Amino acid sequence: MGNRTVIPFGPQHPVLPEPIHLDLMLEDERVVEAIPRIGYIHRGLEKLVEKKDFQQYTYVAERICGICSFMHGMGYCMTIESIMDIKIPERAEFLRTIWAELSRMHSHLLWLGLSADAFGFESLHMHTWRLREQVLDIFEETTGGRVIFSVCEIGGVRKDISPETLDKIDRILTDMEKELKEITHVFLSDSSVKYRTKGIGVLSKQAAFDLGAVGPMAKASGIKRDLRTQGYAAYGKLKFEPIIETDGDSYARTSVRIKEVFQAVDLIKQAIAIIPEGGINVKVTGNPNGEYFTRVEQPRGSAMYYVKASGSKFLDRFRVRTPTFANVPALLETLKGCSLADVPILILTIDPCISCTER
Amino acid sequence: MIIGTCFFVSLISYRKKVVYYIMEQQIKMILPNELLTETLRLKNEGYRLVAITCTNKNGLELSYSFDKEYNFLNLRFVTDTKTEIDSISNIYSYAFLYENEIKELFGVHIVNIVIDFNNNLYKIPVKTPFNMKKEEE
Repeated sequence: MGNRTVIPFGPQHPVLPEPIHLDLMLEDERVVEAIPRIGYIHRGLEKLVEKKDFQQYTYVAERICGICSFMHGMGYCMTIESIMDIKIPERAEFLRTIWAELSRMHSHLLWLGLSADAFGFESLHMHTWRLREQVLDIFEETTGGRVIFSVCEIGGVRKDISPETLDKIDRILTDMEKELKEITHVFLSDSSVKYRTKGIGVLSKQAAFDLGAVGPMAKASGIKRDLRTQGYAAYGKLKFEPIIETDGDSYARTSVRIKEVFQAVDLIKQAIAIIPEGGINVKVTGNPNGEYFTRVEQPRGSAMYYVKASGSKFLDRFRVRTPTFANVPALLETLKGCSLADVPILILTIDPCISCTER
Repeated sequence: MIIGTCFFVSLISYRKKVVYYIMEQQIKMILPNELLTETLRLKNEGYRLVAITCTNKNGLELSYSFDKEYNFLNLRFVTDTKTEIDSISNIYSYAFLYENEIKELFGVHIVNIVIDFNNNLYKIPVKTPFNMKKEEE
């Protein structure tokens, strides 16, 4: 047995966009155990339901995360709509799906860029984020915002997208797909990238299942689970299959995210092709009374929203279980046995969002 | 109407074994001392833990959410800050994060957590911030 050392990793580290701390127990250069510590940015957003009424809280829900902001807003609205038995217009369902899939592209491209940056491939990082900018431009043109959109509301959406703009989005995505193929080819074929990802941080299918992994973390280990298949929003009217890989390593997780970017392009194009005409929202009267659990598939994995209300305009409880919260135990498992040099890329491999996790 | 009825049923049956549905979501009322047995049964049936939720309304209501092939099921009971609740982290190891959070934010007395942060998961200066009313009382 080699020398054992405990190395503190984070909360401030060049590779971490947000603060998380790990106590790494090392045996020479190998990690034998990792103990996580979070809590540096706990905002108590769930508690705010007692101060903001259920309509106002939509804006708070969107601010749980800067990357999945639209999906948090959508998950919250879907939960309230279920309690109040509100059926939103079909066009609103499609618009939500389009923005949700654009968010998935934006999130995965952001992660791919950060990942390239983490293993020192600066030009790949910049090219990936250059493509991401095009998605943000679409957000800005259709919602007015690049990060927080505020287009989702209880009863539907606030803004429509004109047929001309939908055609334009379709054309942008067609052009983007060609560039995406060139860039993602580097992620999947370049020897220096494969050296840093292939066979690194392997999470077996059984371990992913036993540790409650979700999203690309679980899919890369062979778990075929995607809540979009349950048909919420307009997903029930679109054709797709969950993407899975079986190797369970960093390369497989990268591959799942890359394939999900192309899948998102396809889903948006399908939605644009069949989006129905009509209204985009319905009037909401009264206050919610009851409780409901909603689950949606965010870019990082499944998220759960819970609302309990008792007929007042203020909710009794709002709870969100974010994907990163669910993936932390799986991260600790992948760190066991890895080299100290691989720790940064393995932390990134779960696509951590600590703001989401701590709320 | 169905939701309202179910909600009413839940209010009058906290101490009884009751299974009811909110739309397609199953909520099974249990007693706190049945938690480990019920959780182990679900684990053996192939369910995965999705989340543990605490609601501070008419007591501390704990909901343990599970999933098996998209089938969503909740175990639920009501407790207080004094009653010891056994940790399920020996059955679902990854429950430790949920349990530490609930223990720290609501003051639920969860014992035998595999990794216990001793109310120091979050760096917050306030004790049980999500259960302030109870503290004042």
